[in-house]
Amino acid sequence: MLEWGINILSGSLLLIGGAFGFIGGLGLFRFPDFYTRLHGAGITDTLCAICIGAGLILQSGISLLTLKLLLILLFLLFTAPTATHALSRAAMIDGVEPELADDSEPLSAHRGKPSSRT
Amino acid sequence: MTLVLIATTMAVFSTMALALGRALKGPTIYDRIVAVNVFGTKTVLVVALITHITGHADLIDVALVYALINFIAIVTVLKLVKTRDLGSATEEDPQDA
Amino acid sequence: MRNVLFLSLTLAGLWLAISGVYKPVIFFLGGASLILVVWIALRMRIVGDEHNPLVFSWRLPVFWLWALGQIIQANLHVARLVFSPEKISPRIVSVPVPHKSSLGKVVYGNTCTLTPGTVTIGLDRDTLVAHALDEQSAQSLVSGRLADKICWLEGSTESQQ
Repeated sequence: MLEWGINILSGSLLLIGGAFGFIGGLGLFRFPDFYTRLHGAGITDTLCAICIGAGLILQSGISLLTLKLLLILLFLLFTAPTATHALSRAAMIDGVEPELADDSEPLSAHRGKPSSRT
Repeated sequence: MTLVLIATTMAVFSTMALALGRALKGPTIYDRIVAVNVFGTKTVLVVALITHITGHADLIDVALVYALINFIAIVTVLKLVKTRDLGSATEEDPQDA
Repeated sequence: MRNVLFLSLTLAGLWLAISGVYKPVIFFLGGASLILVVWIALRMRIVGDEHNPLVFSWRLPVFWLWALGQIIQANLHVARLVFSPEKISPRIVSVPVPHKSSLGKVVYGNTCTLTPGTVTIGLDRDTLVAHALDEQSAQSLVSGRLADKICWLEGSTESQQ
C-alpha cells in the first residue's frame, strides 16, 4: 500500500517535472529577447530539475543512489544561477539592450546609478 | 513505472529539441550559450532517468560528473567569447569604473 | 585553521559517500587527492567564511523550504506567462542590498536568479540590478521580503531600509 502511494507520488512528480521542462523550453523558444529568454531557461533549471530529481529519489529508496541524486540536485541548484548571472552580466557589458515595457526606466538609468542609494 | 520514466525522458528530449532550435536561431551569441547551457542540464537529467530505466546504478556517476563539467564548460566558453583569451586573470569591466 | 579543518572533513565525507569502493589503494588515492585539493584551495586563497561551520545553523533548512515555496510560486507565474507572451512587460529594477557580509549578498543575488521571473544582472556593494519579467515578478523583489528573509538567515534581524 505504501509502496503504491510512493509510486504514484513519484510518477506524478516526474510527469510534472517533464511538463515544466517542456514549458520552459517553449519559453526559451518563444520569448522576444535575450533577457526574457533567461527566465524561460530558469524554469527548466529549477522546478523541472527539482521535480524530476525528487521523483527519482522517491523511486530509489535509501541507497547510495539517493545520495548521488541529492548531490546532483545540489550542484545543479548552485551552478545554474551562477551561470545565468555570468551570462546576463556578460551580455549587458557587451551592450545587448533589453526590450523594456514603455512605462519602465531604461537600462542606462540603472547603469550609472550612484552606489549609495539606501 | 518504466512507462512513466520513458514518458518523462521524451518530455525532456523535446525540451532539448527546443533548446537546440534556439541555439540554431540565435540571434546573439548569448542566446546560443543559454540554449547550450539548458541542453547540458537536461542531459544530466536524461542520464539520471536512464539510470533508473536500465537499472545500471553506475551510470549516475556520469550524470554527477556531467553536472560539474557542464558548468565549467559554459563559464569557459563565455570567457573565451568575451575576452578571446583564456589566460588573462581579469577582464576590463566598465561597470566598476 | 578551523575553516581548513572543516573543508577537509567535508571533502573526506563527500569522497567516502560517493566512492562506494573501500579498499586500501582507493583510500590512499582519496587521501592524496584530498591533500592536493586543500593545498590548491589554500594557494588560491579561497578558504574563507563560506567554509566556517558556524554558517550552518537550523535557519538554513527553514530558509531552503521557504525558498522552495517561492520558487514554485514564481515558476507557476512564469509558466502562465509562457502561454501568453504578449502579457509580459520586461523591466529593470535596482534594489538596495542591506546585508553586511559578502556571503549574504551572494545568497541574495543567487536566490533572486533562482526564482524565475527575476535575473540578477549586476550586484555591487549595496545595490542589486535585476531584470524582471513583469510587474508581479518585480514586486517580489521590490517589496523586500526576500532581503528580509536573508537578513534573518544572517542572524541580524534589523534591515537597513
